[in-house]
Order: sequence, then structure tokens, then C-alpha cells
Amino acid sequence: MHLPVPIEYYLALSAIMFITGVTGVLARRNAIVIFMSIELMLNSANLALVAFSTRMGNDAGQILVFFVMAVAAAEAAIGLAIVIALFRNRETVFVNDMNILKW
Amino acid sequence: MDFERIFFFATAGVAVVSGILTITRRNPVQSVLFLIVNFFCIALLYLGLHAQFLAIIQILVYAGAIMVLFLFVIMLLNLGDENTLEEKSGYRKYIAVVLAAVVLVQILTVVAGGVTGPTGTAAAGFGTVEALGETLFREYLLQFEATSVLLLAALVGVIVIAKKKVI
Repeated sequence: MHLPVPIEYYLALSAIMFITGVTGVLARRNAIVIFMSIELMLNSANLALVAFSTRMGNDAGQILVFFVMAVAAAEAAIGLAIVIALFRNRETVFVNDMNILKW
Repeated sequence: MDFERIFFFATAGVAVVSGILTITRRNPVQSVLFLIVNFFCIALLYLGLHAQFLAIIQILVYAGAIMVLFLFVIMLLNLGDENTLEEKSGYRKYIAVVLAAVVLVQILTVVAGGVTGPTGTAAAGFGTVEALGETLFREYLLQFEATSVLLLAALVGVIVIAKKKVI
């Protein structure tokens, strides 16, 4: 099916955004920003899925994006609940201060 | 350069810049706002890809619901002023950037080699609510129901975790 630009452009944009998210997870210490970086990575994967789905003319890729969004919503809710529980106990959102599971 | 190309490059540029700003801002509220800009750009790209339903869902669910949840939690935690948000990551930050750049170059090298594989023509109404609903509720009904169980489990888990005096 007709794409506005070649699919390689979409994949390159998706790769750049994914690597941005990876850098955020590796470099930042704020747990909330790390969760946002994970959302960024999920969205870049979604973009690649939609690009391939349109190229194939098959909407299975869009269904997969739909499920990824549902899982991302569940993941964000659980992750932020963990952040709240940790902040209540340790008064911090920095992951290098979170070591209650460390022996 | 026709309109579609200019539209793609403008949207992609804003998406990349807002993504980088998301991970570099010290204040998480600014990060959330830039991430919302990024999600709007992705929604626009979905529109260009004939995925109208996903574009709407992207704005409603991601920018509307999930990011409001993030903002809500940030406001709830009362993290203090910007000076206390300074992160002590040191040299780890530079290692992360170098590693990520290496992986990016590898991915872009593969992508630049060109994408092969099947292409196809879509049926009429591709990406509309009708077409996606038809596929979702005929071929993927079991997975759809499993998603509802997943969301219920997440709901119960969040209530248990965020309750007082668990840990």
C-alpha cells in the first residue's frame, strides 16, 4: 500500500527514538523518567509495526499495536504504584537509592 | 518535495527533538510535557500511514490517560525544587550515550541496506474502526479477552501495591 515516504525512513525514525529511550533508561536515575523512556521505546516499536502493517496492507500489525498499548497502560500503572510505594518508604525516586532487595 | 514528504520530515524532526528533550530535562514535569508532544507527533505519523483509529487511540490513551497518570504521580510525590533533583550519575552517563550511539549506528546500517519482503494492497477501509474491529473481534477475540484479564490483574495489583504499609 502507498506510503508517504519509503519505509526505511520510518524504521530510521523508529530506531532513533528507540535509542533515545535506551539512553534515558541507562543514563537517568529518576525512576519516573526511566518509565517515560520505556514508553518512548514502546512507541517507537509501535511506529515500526504500523509502518510495516501499512506496507503489507494487513491490519494484524495495527492489532498488535493495540495490544502493546494495553500492556503499556498496565505497565505504567504498576510501575508508578511501585514508585509511590517506594517513595512512601524511602522518600526518594532515584533508582540508586532503591536497594531494599539488595542483600 | 511533495507535501507528504515535508509533512513526514517536519513531524519526525519534532518527534526526535521532543524525545531527546524528554530524557534530558531535569524536571520530570517538563519531561512529561515533551513526551506528550512526542506522542502527538507519532499520532500524526499514524494518520499519514492510514491508521486513523490508532492515531485517535494514541492521543486518547497515551497522551490523555497514561501521561496524565504520570503527571498525577509527579504532583502527588511532591519532589521538591529543581536543585534537589540533581542526579549523581557521573561517568555512567557518557558510557550510556556511547553504547547507545554504537547500537544506533548498527541499526541504521541495517536499515540503510533496504527493506525487502512482501508488500501488499489493502482492502478498502484499511485502518478504520470498522476494519480493525472486524479483525479484532473475529481473529483476535481470545487475545482481546486475555487483555481484559491483564488489565484487571494490573488494577488489583496497583491497589495492593499503592496501599499503605505493604513493605
